[in-house]
Amino acid sequence: MLEFQNICVSFPSERQDRIFGKIRQQVLFDVSFNVRKGSCLGILGESGSGKSTLGRVLCGLLKPDRGQVLLDGKPVYGSRAGKRSLQNKLSVVFQDYTTSANPRFRVKDIIGEGLKVRERREGEKPDREKETAALLRMVGLPPEFSDRFPHELSGGQLQRMCIARAVACRPQIILFDEAVSSLDAHTQVQVMDLLRELKEKLDLTYVFITHNLTSVTYLCDDVLFLYQGKVTEHLSVENIGRTADPYAGKLLESIVMFEEAK
Amino acid sequence: MNLGKRFLHNRTAVATALFVLLIALAGVCAPVLAPNDPYATDILNKFADYSLQYPLGTDQLGRCVLSRLIYGIRPTLGLAMVTMFGTIGLGALLGITAGYFRGITEEVIMRLVDVMLSFPSQIMVFAVVALLGVSVQNVIIANVFIKWAWYARMIRTGVMQYRDCNFVRFSRCVGMPERFILFRHLLPSITSDLAVLASLDVGWAIINISTLSFLGLGVQAPTPEWGAMLNEAKEVLTSNPVQMIAPGAAIVTLVCCFNLMGDALRDVLDPKEVEG
Repeated sequence: MLEFQNICVSFPSERQDRIFGKIRQQVLFDVSFNVRKGSCLGILGESGSGKSTLGRVLCGLLKPDRGQVLLDGKPVYGSRAGKRSLQNKLSVVFQDYTTSANPRFRVKDIIGEGLKVRERREGEKPDREKETAALLRMVGLPPEFSDRFPHELSGGQLQRMCIARAVACRPQIILFDEAVSSLDAHTQVQVMDLLRELKEKLDLTYVFITHNLTSVTYLCDDVLFLYQGKVTEHLSVENIGRTADPYAGKLLESIVMFEEAK
Repeated sequence: MNLGKRFLHNRTAVATALFVLLIALAGVCAPVLAPNDPYATDILNKFADYSLQYPLGTDQLGRCVLSRLIYGIRPTLGLAMVTMFGTIGLGALLGITAGYFRGITEEVIMRLVDVMLSFPSQIMVFAVVALLGVSVQNVIIANVFIKWAWYARMIRTGVMQYRDCNFVRFSRCVGMPERFILFRHLLPSITSDLAVLASLDVGWAIINISTLSFLGLGVQAPTPEWGAMLNEAKEVLTSNPVQMIAPGAAIVTLVCCFNLMGDALRDVLDPKEVEG
């Protein structure tokens, strides 16, 4: 349902020869892939490989220099309607949960923002309080949390709340930008189990950006290796051991060695 | 804890706010509170000591210092407030515009700010007042004119700090309207900075207006204004040094009070601040 076609992104370079130089540094080279409806695509890569830039292109915040993002066959960039339809169908969970929520909002306001998006789109007014409680329960938080401020929650709880907010706007696709990376191992598993459950229940499509191979194998159907802004490999998780790409192979090897060393 | 409760829990905030309110109230009720007519001269009774009839003595023309002090609240505090709202309003408007819309708008506004900041501020005030003529309203215009650039720059920094925050990105991503992002996310985030700036600015404005009055460029002669009163006291520094204590102490107290209030408001407006 989501298709990337030859996406190229570059930023103005920090180092310029002249004062008003226009040297640009290219971050993404000709990235193409597609995401099937109802699947979970993992995007793997080391820091600086362009994962998060790809995420920003995906959620409509960064217009690529070249290429097009297609959502259900319609282009996202270039028209207001395309952007609108992306905003209606996509939601996002970020890595840094401390800045993900406005510190001046209570949990109910934060989730309320997601609900408001839904209200605007569907034109009906759900019972805010009931919906918030239901959403909190869905992500495994007690409904009494709705009166708390973000700084009164732990990291795992905050990330769950962010997931509740993302789900509140009833999206079809959710983008996770390193969403579990900053949690401890135990909470990571809990959150990933929650994500699996939600995916089944709400019929969602996930795009899961991470640097952690284990979480990809745990959650995703397909995996895409990104190395220095280029897609080096795109295959399903079952076949991950049969990769022909040297970078992906190296990454896998290092994990296997790490496992053995334990 | 909500805002009102946090405010009431902060002793400094409550005390300073009450004090300022009290002063403002005294200014409003000046005709009732003042023991004497602030303009009535009694040349025989000049430089009178502290007494029941003249609680703070009299000045070089035999006018009651306390009455003049109380009547002086009106121009002193009033003008400072007007100046503050003017500067903060203009500064916030341009700062938010620059920080939020970026691009060419930001360039134009910020270069203008750079130009404004490169002038020595007092000289600019004198220049403006000299150009437009000596009057209260020109003093306010001059003060707003030189100070807005500071605020524009600081507020822009605040907006930039939050505009790339994840919670703003989320709102963008799911297509919340711009006004929601601006009024629910960005403005509340910078209010604590704004409150501190505003209260510090009132202190600054009081001093600046007093300075101008002291130099004879602000509030004119018979009107009781604290700076102007200090100016008059300066003339009789050798014969009656006590006369400058009252207006001097009044200015110091009020300015200190506003500065403390700024500090306390910052704590109040920050939900993360744990009450002690």
